[in-house]
Amino acid sequence: MQLKLEARPARLAAMVWLSPVVAVVLSAVAAGLLFALLGRDPLVALYTLFIAPLGTVMGLTELGLKATPLLLCAVGIAIGCRANVWNIGAEGQFTIGAICGGGVALAFGESGGALVLPLMLLAGIAGGALWAAIPAFLRTKYNAHEILTTLMLSYVAVQILGWLVHGPWQDPEGFNFPQTRQFLPHATLPLLVEGARLNIGALFALAVVPLAAVLLGRTMTGYRIRVAGLAPGAARYAGFSAAGTVWFSLLLSGGLAGLAGICEVAGPVGQLQPIISPGYGYAAIIVAFLGRLNPVGILFASLLMALIYLGGEGLQMDLQLPPAATGVIQGLLLFFLLAADVLILYRPRLVLKPGVKHA
Amino acid sequence: MAFVRGQQRSGLHIMCGVHVSPRVGQPPRLELRGISKTYGTTRANIGIDLVVQPGEIHALLGENGAGKSTLVKIIYGLVKPDEGEILWEGAPVSIADPNAARAMGVGMVFQHFSLFEALTVAENIALGLGNKQHPRALAPRIREVAVRYGLVVDPQRHIHHLSVGERQRVEIVRCLLAEPTLLILDEPTSVLTPQEAEGLFVMLRRLAAEGCSVLYISHKLEEIKALCEAATVLRAGRLSGHCDPRQESPAAMAELMIGATLPQCGRTTAATTGASCLVVNDLSLPSDEPFGTDLHRVSLDVRAGEIVGIAGVSGNGQKELLAALSGERLAPRADSVVIVGQPAGRVGAAGRRRIGLAFVPEERLGRGAVAEMSLAENALLTGASSAIVRHGFIRFPALRTFARSILAEFRVLATGIEATAGSLSGGNMQKFIIGREIGAAPRVLLAAHPTWGVDIGAALAIRQQIIALSDSGVGVLIVSEDLAELFEICDRIAVLSGGRLSTPKPPATTTLEEVGLLMGGQRQAAVREHAHAA
Repeated sequence: MQLKLEARPARLAAMVWLSPVVAVVLSAVAAGLLFALLGRDPLVALYTLFIAPLGTVMGLTELGLKATPLLLCAVGIAIGCRANVWNIGAEGQFTIGAICGGGVALAFGESGGALVLPLMLLAGIAGGALWAAIPAFLRTKYNAHEILTTLMLSYVAVQILGWLVHGPWQDPEGFNFPQTRQFLPHATLPLLVEGARLNIGALFALAVVPLAAVLLGRTMTGYRIRVAGLAPGAARYAGFSAAGTVWFSLLLSGGLAGLAGICEVAGPVGQLQPIISPGYGYAAIIVAFLGRLNPVGILFASLLMALIYLGGEGLQMDLQLPPAATGVIQGLLLFFLLAADVLILYRPRLVLKPGVKHA
Repeated sequence: MAFVRGQQRSGLHIMCGVHVSPRVGQPPRLELRGISKTYGTTRANIGIDLVVQPGEIHALLGENGAGKSTLVKIIYGLVKPDEGEILWEGAPVSIADPNAARAMGVGMVFQHFSLFEALTVAENIALGLGNKQHPRALAPRIREVAVRYGLVVDPQRHIHHLSVGERQRVEIVRCLLAEPTLLILDEPTSVLTPQEAEGLFVMLRRLAAEGCSVLYISHKLEEIKALCEAATVLRAGRLSGHCDPRQESPAAMAELMIGATLPQCGRTTAATTGASCLVVNDLSLPSDEPFGTDLHRVSLDVRAGEIVGIAGVSGNGQKELLAALSGERLAPRADSVVIVGQPAGRVGAAGRRRIGLAFVPEERLGRGAVAEMSLAENALLTGASSAIVRHGFIRFPALRTFARSILAEFRVLATGIEATAGSLSGGNMQKFIIGREIGAAPRVLLAAHPTWGVDIGAALAIRQQIIALSDSGVGVLIVSEDLAELFEICDRIAVLSGGRLSTPKPPATTTLEEVGLLMGGQRQAAVREHAHAA
């Protein structure tokens, strides 16, 4: 007996949205098996991972807080992917956005008043876009693929941040810790819930969802992006500028990642330090695909991914599992998603005894 | 009536070969009984019977999508039938894969060649034979087969230097070296000049005389009449009938193929030649692909109300010329391409469309339309008028009205404007694209292979639309490999060969032979002689 994959005559539309659900269920089962092998009660572990964080107001606000950067980065990545422009360096654009916005906060110090925060946000967006402009230039001018350049520039960005917080921007009163001064209250994002860390950055992220949906579905720009992604030959035929699409989608996704970066340091982190992200820029790639490259889908996917981050912390604290558990579950999710996506175009078939003779 | 209708076919398949030869008593080389194959919901073959006698040239006839390809894929072991049996030399067989088919004695020449451009003829043939022979050891055998069948080809030449006709010879030689007893050819003349096609027929007749059977797939009725001694006709996956093409008129065979009588289409009015609306001035353009064709000093003038045809075998610069005219590639100078009086050589595709150029590209899906998008969305590809797009926002009601009008006016068969482009048949998709391009009210229409792979009914409708458009004063330029079509609807015909364009001539003052010779590159030789004399 043999399992064969047969091409379906038409893509299975229902599977497009069913596949993330299948992936989540299979990831949970696989994670449960893993917990059991590590000697933990799988049901308790799964409860800690998926249910416990949702039980308190604090947990829910933390969920929104973690979903914010994921949502911002993933929407930008998804718009790029729809145009066949693969920005996998959101982590770097996030970091440069944080540096540029944070730099504004440090430069103003106690002065500036109400002007500082908007300037920080703008600087964050500009920084992220600028960092994405480098791969856009390399792609359009030298045909260097953005998958490589965006990823490589992410490492450069993290090194720049490390140099700044260890060197010129280090807090002189910080006992030689590698970090900048704390941002002052007028340079941090207002909180949404008293006593929690959730801030207005979450509102920016929520606003981006309908804007991106309108851009993709209702504007000529979004149409050009989709045509460029689905059929580059048709985009050339229609006279849509290929370079224009690359620039637009990279600047947009870079800007959104930069906004996520500044919201993170002007929010929960409150200063620049060597590590400002637990890999949000990379996890956002999974979020973008889990959300089917659709802004509304990405909203839900970012909440799920935030839950995994949050539940992962619970696993560390309550069950003494290593931090790598979070990464493993993220990896399982992407693995099962890609596997389930095969079923959109193919159907499995059991073949009894291959090579049966008709005659 | 000489036709044997499919519905009454019991036992008749043996008759079909008997009357032509003294081969009675010998089992048929190949016999298919009740072959069926279903892909998903598409029934590609339904209960098809086919008998090929030894040494017979047998035509497999049918429109696009009639099930010819599926049937030969079954014979060549690429596809397994759901039902039915295959008999080889009278014995039932199961063909596991193409290797098994080749071992049995089946050779196949595909429409799309599988040759490595950067390797030599001998290397390609050695790879294809797969029995680990050294290319150098093969060279004498290649020469021997080449001489015996008049397939002149040098084993040491690299594929990328060869014309399409020569490449086909390499494919055939590769098959012949395996000494097949059944040779299958899929639309072999679609890439050949009339003279090359005649050479192919001579070779196939010699092969048949030596006892090798030939299964010849085509939809060109004239050549089947000239070449084949038996024919099996398919229609919509079913057996439509068997006949002897030598005794039938092409019109009768066409009826069997499409199930209805064939209406005629032709230019009724002579072209009123108005002002120039598309002028190409001395355009030279190196190809941007490694094995592409450079354009050499192409000049052309299409006038309003005129249909100009460019004949030629694919790969002689058609792709490059079309890209340079559509604006997908820019010309070196602004006045290289002049559209309705405006120098447009340095203007991109969208800009040229604004001046008044419309373009129907060769590839329908992936270029002329996006397969995954709905027809409404595809109407927007080149139909973004000010009524449909305002301030960068798409006005969907206006877009849907436009898409609906294309479907209605050009009789596009689709479930509606929400159907994806990929779900339409080739003919309907082509009607949609032509409708969209005509809907933009162009001054010049550029059409590449407008009826390629389209069924006869749709092809006729498309030709009529093109004629109606030119009658309304639009200049039309058609690039096509279908000489019959060009002679039927064009006011002037030029030939593109090796990236050079001949002087356009009215069909009345030229002949198929002259055009064929130009396609084969005679003009280059003539030009060289002329240059020497001058």
